[in-house]
Amino acid sequence: MTATTYSGTANNLSRAGIRVATAGSGRRRLKRLVPVAYILFLLLPVYWLVSLSLKSNQEILSSFTLWPQNPTLTNFRVIFNDPAWYETYINSMTYVFLNMVISVTIALPAAYAFSRYRFLGDKHLFFWLLTNRMAPPAVFVLPFFQLYSAFGLIDTHIAVAIAHCLFNVPLAVWILEGFMSGVPKEIDETAYIDGYSFPRFFVKIFMPMIASGIGVAAFFCFMFSWVELLIARTLTVTAAKPIAAAMTRTSSATGLDYGVLAAAGVLTIIPGALVIWFVRNYIAKGFALGRV
Amino acid sequence: MEKTWNNKAWFMVLPVLLLVAFSAVIPLMTVVNYSVQDTFGNNEFFWAGTEWFEEVLSSSRFHDALLRTIAFSAIILAIEIPLGILIALTMPRKGWGVPVCLVLMSLPLLIPWNVVGTIWQLFGRTDIGLLGRMLTGLGIDYNYGRNPFDAWATIIVMDVWHWTSLVVLLCYAGLVSIPEAYYQAAKIDGASRWSVFRFIELPKMNRVLQIAILLRFMDSFMIYTEPFVVTGGGPGSATTFLSIDLVKTAVGQFDLGPAAAMSIIYFMIILLLSWVFFTVTTQAGEDRS
Amino acid sequence: MSRITLDHIAHSYLPSPKTEADFALKEVHQVWEDGSAYALLGPSGCGKTTLLNIISGLITPSHGRVVFGERDVTLLPTEARNIAQVFQFPVIYDTMTVAENLAFPLKNRKVPQAEIDRRVAETIEMLGLGPMARRKARGLTADQKQKISLGRGLVRSDVNAILFDEPLTVIDPHMKWQLRSQLKQLHRRYGFTMVYVTHDQTEALTFADKVVVMYAGEVVQVGTPAELFERPKHTFVGYFIGSPGMNVLPAEVAGDRAVVGGHAVALGQHYRPQPGRTEIGVRPEFVRLDDGAGSLPISVRSVEDIGRYRILRGAIGPHELNAVLPEGRAIPASPRVVFDPARVNVYRDAHLVEAEA
Repeated sequence: MTATTYSGTANNLSRAGIRVATAGSGRRRLKRLVPVAYILFLLLPVYWLVSLSLKSNQEILSSFTLWPQNPTLTNFRVIFNDPAWYETYINSMTYVFLNMVISVTIALPAAYAFSRYRFLGDKHLFFWLLTNRMAPPAVFVLPFFQLYSAFGLIDTHIAVAIAHCLFNVPLAVWILEGFMSGVPKEIDETAYIDGYSFPRFFVKIFMPMIASGIGVAAFFCFMFSWVELLIARTLTVTAAKPIAAAMTRTSSATGLDYGVLAAAGVLTIIPGALVIWFVRNYIAKGFALGRV
Repeated sequence: MEKTWNNKAWFMVLPVLLLVAFSAVIPLMTVVNYSVQDTFGNNEFFWAGTEWFEEVLSSSRFHDALLRTIAFSAIILAIEIPLGILIALTMPRKGWGVPVCLVLMSLPLLIPWNVVGTIWQLFGRTDIGLLGRMLTGLGIDYNYGRNPFDAWATIIVMDVWHWTSLVVLLCYAGLVSIPEAYYQAAKIDGASRWSVFRFIELPKMNRVLQIAILLRFMDSFMIYTEPFVVTGGGPGSATTFLSIDLVKTAVGQFDLGPAAAMSIIYFMIILLLSWVFFTVTTQAGEDRS
Repeated sequence: MSRITLDHIAHSYLPSPKTEADFALKEVHQVWEDGSAYALLGPSGCGKTTLLNIISGLITPSHGRVVFGERDVTLLPTEARNIAQVFQFPVIYDTMTVAENLAFPLKNRKVPQAEIDRRVAETIEMLGLGPMARRKARGLTADQKQKISLGRGLVRSDVNAILFDEPLTVIDPHMKWQLRSQLKQLHRRYGFTMVYVTHDQTEALTFADKVVVMYAGEVVQVGTPAELFERPKHTFVGYFIGSPGMNVLPAEVAGDRAVVGGHAVALGQHYRPQPGRTEIGVRPEFVRLDDGAGSLPISVRSVEDIGRYRILRGAIGPHELNAVLPEGRAIPASPRVVFDPARVNVYRDAHLVEAEA
């Protein structure tokens, strides 16, 4: 290539510039406006909660301010100094974690069966599992209370964890079955020919291949178990009370302590936000399977 | 994939079966049991037949709650589905904007439901809430605790805030899976923006949209916690949806029979509507091919 | 249809390219005749897709102009260029019938309905899609879908060129041949200007009037299939086209002799002594077994029997040498070969050297 052709660069750049300017930059800007406006709409109430949590109760009630005039962490201190508060936090974490482990563990072999074999009543069973996702939690409140009372499980973490399995196990089976169907059956057969036993094949070869699927399933189990309250509250009294339920207490106990209420609310948002941050690159992928 | 017939696979499904049977079948049997019996306390039960079903089905309280719930679901779907599609279409497809949008938009989905209620309860209050203060400042007589219209508006905006992101994420996932060649071909064919949406994007989103509509329908039809925290079903019974009414009857008044009958009817309505939706959409899908 | 002029085109994906290596596409200056079929052939990453995207308007080249007929389209977006394109994976509008798919580009251009009906019917006839015209496009096979993509271009009367981006990738092998010959027939009958990108030499050679061979961002040769076979202008062309490819052996060239590993080889013409790295290239088809004078000893690695002929894979010293041999003659234990002098090409720094007059 000769040197003369490079001299056209300036000329070329300005040409490109004209094209960009004429190709409807106004519409493009308008297009950006929609997600920006939506995100602002999402963040405004959250901002308000954070702002209230940093104000003293006196500031909240006496004057209306857009941001805290004297930012204070008092409200958070109240929560962290009171075991009745922070234990609920640990309770929530415990049963969410238990539920995640139980749901994924028992969903794995079931999803494998659905993805690899045909058996008597398989389709009906699969559909029946999914209908549980359609059951209104309100329907289960009373029978759950009676059932778990009968087994002496009221106010234990495991009770909430198992109750949440009602929604999460079908979901986990559905998600995992989708991922497993994407793994060719030849992989299984090759492993058996190579002398792997089923459990060893499953753990050593198969599970690593659907690792992202397990992650997606765990994420959704976390999500539904963490946000659910009606059942969690029904099955607990004090020992396993979730943080979210403890919040209903503030208004009565301390006479409308909005600051602490807001601070507790902020604390419940944090775990979810952290989890999203860690899985941000997989969110679209998980949804893309159309298996939610 | 060609599947082999193997009834031993039942053993792999067994744990799931046992657990779900424990969590779903036993409670449902309890519910069915209550629904056909009456009690005067002391754990004595009498056969009541279909009495409770007749009572529930003929009560205006149930009719009103059912109508409210249907209206709520209809409004929610009418707002969240188009809005979700619009936002998904305008979201960036590459660059730093993608993770930012995904993370911020998923945030409401992971907030405990009663906290969602609390957030909006605080946000909407006319004394300490930003929204309530702003609306009052604009001269609008806004009070979700007193005015049924305001209560409905608040709950609907709250649900849009809470769940539109789910529709957005599903649609977005459908959109990013469309190969670039489709857009190029559309350009070559001189297609307008609307045609690109109508003939490329919408057909490719078909499946995720079905899931979005089904999920949003089911969840909005079952909604309990969020409106309960904000309005407690009021003012009066303006926002008493089926689930709120049910919990009131079962836990509040301890009317086991009517509550159980109501539960079964409620569950049946959801199953029926989901099934109808499912059949209609899959049928429509087959017609198109 | 029109002539396509690529006026000193070059493209770099970097904002300010400095060295020649920064260019994905090095300077190309080509005039492609109206109504001809051109194939862009080369391995992946050679710049052929970049060149296609420049023609389709997806990329604005960093240097040079693209001219369709007399019209400079360098800055025009894809939609204003009046081109048609068939992509690697079939692009069809799922929800429309075959006929609606074909009518779509015309409807968008506000063509009167009567005209649309006429042209669609014509195109359906042309492509032999008649039996499925009223069917939804999504249920069709990959080759039928590719025909629809092609049809959306053919249906327009104002198309300057039809571009093909490896269109046979997803087609079943037995349908590939059929679709390709049908394409060839259509081209003969209607004479569109066609640009066809592929990495498959058989596709390129059977389809195109002219094959444009690209290598490392450069057009190394434009020619008819016969020219590419007989006079590769670059050792890459010789190697890439033909199976097995041309034998390339380092040699010292002087006059009408070349010396390969100490053995003299006769050349058909007279060459001036060349500075730099010199090689001779000879197609396996022009290598014969011969013990006579001027023959070279080769070591045999393997012999493949193809049926109609045999391929002897061997070496002269450290350099690989293949020969295509007829059936029915035994290969001696230590064979010697001679080259057909008229078919030996001389290369300097990989480029063909012309003989002295």
